Amino acid sequence: MHAIEKIFAQKANVERVKAGDRVWADVDLTVNVDLYRTVLAEFENLGGTKIKYPERVAFTFSINAPAPTIQSASNEKDMREFAYKHGIHLFDINTGVVQQVLMEAGLVWPGTISIATDSHATILGALGAVGMGVGAVDLAASMIKGNIWFRVPEIIKINIDGELQPGVMAKDVILKVLGELKQDVAIYKAIEYTGSAVRNMSLSSRMVLCNMAVELGAKTSYIQPDEKVIDFLGSRVTRTYEIPTTDPDFKYAEEYSLDVNQLVPQVACPHNVDNVCDLDDVPKKPVNQCLIGTCTGGRLEDLAIAAEILKGRKINAKTRLIVIPASKEIYLKAMELGYLRDLIEAGATVTNPGCGPCLGAHMGVLAPGEVCVTASNRNFSGRMGSPQAELYLASPATVAATAIEGILTNPRGYLKSQQRS
Amino acid sequence: MRKIKGNAFIFGHNIDTDQIIPGRYLELVNPKEIAAHCMEGADPTFADRVNAGDIIVAGKNFGCGSSREHAPIALVNVGVGAVIADSFARIFYRNAVNLGLPLLICKGIMEKVNEGDVLEINLKEGKVSNISTGKSFNGEQLSDYALEILSSGGIKPLFKKITAEM
Repeated sequence: MHAIEKIFAQKANVERVKAGDRVWADVDLTVNVDLYRTVLAEFENLGGTKIKYPERVAFTFSINAPAPTIQSASNEKDMREFAYKHGIHLFDINTGVVQQVLMEAGLVWPGTISIATDSHATILGALGAVGMGVGAVDLAASMIKGNIWFRVPEIIKINIDGELQPGVMAKDVILKVLGELKQDVAIYKAIEYTGSAVRNMSLSSRMVLCNMAVELGAKTSYIQPDEKVIDFLGSRVTRTYEIPTTDPDFKYAEEYSLDVNQLVPQVACPHNVDNVCDLDDVPKKPVNQCLIGTCTGGRLEDLAIAAEILKGRKINAKTRLIVIPASKEIYLKAMELGYLRDLIEAGATVTNPGCGPCLGAHMGVLAPGEVCVTASNRNFSGRMGSPQAELYLASPATVAATAIEGILTNPRGYLKSQQRS
Repeated sequence: MRKIKGNAFIFGHNIDTDQIIPGRYLELVNPKEIAAHCMEGADPTFADRVNAGDIIVAGKNFGCGSSREHAPIALVNVGVGAVIADSFARIFYRNAVNLGLPLLICKGIMEKVNEGDVLEINLKEGKVSNISTGKSFNGEQLSDYALEILSSGGIKPLFKKITAEM
């Protein structure tokens, strides 16, 4: 069996599972985000009165945070009261983006199953955990019953070998994968990432690959946990856990490979995540807004490279740069390390941790005709405001260099390490 | 299971959930208010033009993107009778079946249907009949479990049955 199959088997309390099986599996963490007041309605519709395992349920407030409208404020008020009443975890508006906060809080460890009203729950694969996006009804059902049914997915292997060039990031790797394999390659399936490039990546970089697995259509993702994962979990997870492993005779449904030695910065052009080109091949047009942040591009290493590029420089006078640390923990570290000062002095607008304008709710939505280059994960029409705006997905390094020039710019020439050599 | 018959509305490949219901409407709670913005990102006139029972025809990866259940909520409440597509994104697929919105995978459906054609679907057999052209074609049959959920009117009545037996 694959490690993912072993996780499903263990949580379903059966000896073996295989792709296509339908199993009822225990859910270790059931997560609702602040957008879905509808979960409370479905909880009632399903006859819910109490939560089976309150310690396994969390509400996170990162999208409409702080509330921009009376409607969202009312939704959040109801959800807070529900959380207080049922004694579940509540991560309020000061904490940061959904899965980042849950991982930092030690609520996720290898071998667990999490579901969330957050399609980017696939990020948990970076910790060797199964994370899946669901809708409000499934979420409410899991709150009541502690388990839901799953179809065990086929598993695709994407092997990534080679050494990344300076200024090329995990985001460029996943965009390249999207451009090659396209956004429906993994529908109904799971993705495991392997290879030397993945092993050598920081945990934060691996999170980028797993985060955007959903953009390839995947149900969930997986990277075999190693010392980097154990170090991260360190004092966060005090309970013991076993790390599942894949049997050597396991047969993948499909296998793909990518060599990243020569990879250059990538850009996903409007309005599809798989409309990917080498950055240098994209026609240059004035960029109105740059965004560094979200569950994809707002971790410490992202802010670090942005600060390295922007320190002592100024952003283009006709371009805005919004920077959103993914969590309070990251925000504080970026403050201690001086990154926020460097970014603010360069002209960045630094906001509270959270999702920011990524899904078009507030804090930097776009006007018709505007162009935005963003380190976030989706460039769908209307995603960040007007459907007549254009979104280009890129790495945090590319976004930082772009903010300086006001047009799409390769970050390579802006890195200190490059200028010395 | 009720008969599914209506006029075809054709959309393209990769119709994402931001096109089905843009993120700025996710704070809405009332299903009728959500439905008023159905498909707004792809065709702002759709919600006004669609009649109860009409059928959406699309290409690959319909419903990709967000986990938002608002997408099938919008489609169900605006009156869409079914969606036929080359393929569906998995979270959308599961949410739609949970809410009792019939989906049918039928490869190449966009080439077999013109905008406005009258279609009839036999969900149990996975068949689509194009009444306007007189042709019919086979899609993929739904699993027995998905059919059971759909014929119960969604997962909610079924879930209540399961919990009552617990």
